[in-house]
Amino acid sequence: MANLSVNIAGLQLRNPVLTASGTFGYGLEFADLINPAELGGIIVKGTTLHPREGNDYPRMAETPSGMLNCVGLQNKGVEYFCQHIYPEIKDLDTRVLVNVSGSTIEDYAECAARINALDNIPAIELNISCPNVRQGGMAFGVTTDGAASVVSAVRKVYDKTLIVKLSPNVTSIADIALAVQDAGADAVSLINTLMGMAIDIEHRRPRLSIRTGGLSGPAIRPVAVRCVWQVAHAVQIPVIGLGGIMTAEDAIEFFMAGATAIEVGTANFIDPTASVRIAHGIDEWLDNHHCPSLHDIIGCID
Amino acid sequence: MTKQLRDLTVVSNTALNERLILLRLTDHTPLPRCTAGQFVQVRIDGSPSTFLRRPISIHFVDETNNELWLLVQLVGDGTRRLGQLKTGDRLNVLLPLGNGFSPVQNPGERVLLVGGGVGIAPLLEYGKYLKENGATPIFLLGARTRDDLVQMEWFKQFGQLHLTTEDGTTGVQGFVTNHPVLSEPEFDRIAVCGPKPMMLAVARFAHQHNFPCEVSLENMMACGLGACLCCVEKTVRGNVCVCTEGPVFNINQLTWQI
Repeated sequence: MANLSVNIAGLQLRNPVLTASGTFGYGLEFADLINPAELGGIIVKGTTLHPREGNDYPRMAETPSGMLNCVGLQNKGVEYFCQHIYPEIKDLDTRVLVNVSGSTIEDYAECAARINALDNIPAIELNISCPNVRQGGMAFGVTTDGAASVVSAVRKVYDKTLIVKLSPNVTSIADIALAVQDAGADAVSLINTLMGMAIDIEHRRPRLSIRTGGLSGPAIRPVAVRCVWQVAHAVQIPVIGLGGIMTAEDAIEFFMAGATAIEVGTANFIDPTASVRIAHGIDEWLDNHHCPSLHDIIGCID
Repeated sequence: MTKQLRDLTVVSNTALNERLILLRLTDHTPLPRCTAGQFVQVRIDGSPSTFLRRPISIHFVDETNNELWLLVQLVGDGTRRLGQLKTGDRLNVLLPLGNGFSPVQNPGERVLLVGGGVGIAPLLEYGKYLKENGATPIFLLGARTRDDLVQMEWFKQFGQLHLTTEDGTTGVQGFVTNHPVLSEPEFDRIAVCGPKPMMLAVARFAHQHNFPCEVSLENMMACGLGACLCCVEKTVRGNVCVCTEGPVFNINQLTWQI
């Protein structure tokens, strides 16, 4: 048993495996299949100040080694979350984090403030990188000024661990990461989906209702590893890596590139036990390579 | 109903025609209880193009032999991989998923089960359930041609069989909605599974005649567990996941133009 515990700016995790927002529901959907106590934490579905119906069907297209989605932040709003979902998940034997999204700076701040009041939510992941709604935050996440402005506003009302989820759809993700660090982020997670498109050539129409969507899955993993490596070398705050992680070996790449923790996303759709399997696999890999602690490999690539 | 992830063993894999296979699966421990109309998600291994699981409706449950039967249409690379499975091979299956068709409402009720193409699959298990529970299933099954109407000897065991084919090779020529069984409707409610235009046509018929009607949808999905929110259908309650709130919906819950 290697030491797998990690600390993300004060947020202590028993192991470095989190489930990525939007791929694990509220954890309850997987209750028959996995034990949350075997995870570092669960990041629940993107939550907005007001309820959102999301985009029209079709919202998904399978692509080589990946999938495009344009769900569009469907959720019942922060009020419903606090009243009905939080009581169901607050005593899960793992860390429960909330992914917070918005369309205006005020919405982000108000939503974050509501979550701040929930005792058993030790951190939020601020989503400034959703590509699937017109004002889904990606507008903020693609410029240093936009990113900094949202993070500053949320930092004023949120006093627990503030993780900011970054978009890869930018010229320099390291510059965005530096901007959010300077604006008060405690950690960054990356990458959100890459913007993509697929066309049904027989019907001559896009395969997604809003034409474009976010690409996830192993197809994007090398891009994600590169982004994590660039950002980890640019910032002082912890980096959480995600993007197409299907196995423990994939996760190890991210640690070596500089990630302190990782998120498992699309893999949950193919194997609902993927997150737990990866957590055990990381432990095994470290044992097999005579590493007493995960920290022996974090950031080992120059 | 507890969802389970199991490595099932292939008992047999039979090509019923050029595009349909019957996959009989078993396990060394009893299979979980399944409701007619529920589905499973099978993992496709070794396909360069198929990445996600494939949702497949439960065709038949043989409790005596602890077998689960799937009727699979070979469409793309993923389902073609299923066609290559051999006796003794393992298949990773997530089950049971979704809600299923309604239980018997009144003893003796007559239920018209309308199926089109591979959409006939879940109606066999539903017909069996209805018959075993004191209702009378009546099958109205349609396909392009005679060879597509598979498993007919099984359907016959559970209820009266009415057939249509587009080319007239068997049964009434045309679509299911052309069948005379609909002109003198002697049933209490309808359950439908098949291509969307067919389900729409039957839903319109049911609506006009005030028959309660359930349809089984097959929206594209990723997880099957209500997490990815990809398979949503617009309902009177807003967008809901077909994988968890469906796949079976009463037509009065949907926003179809009927």
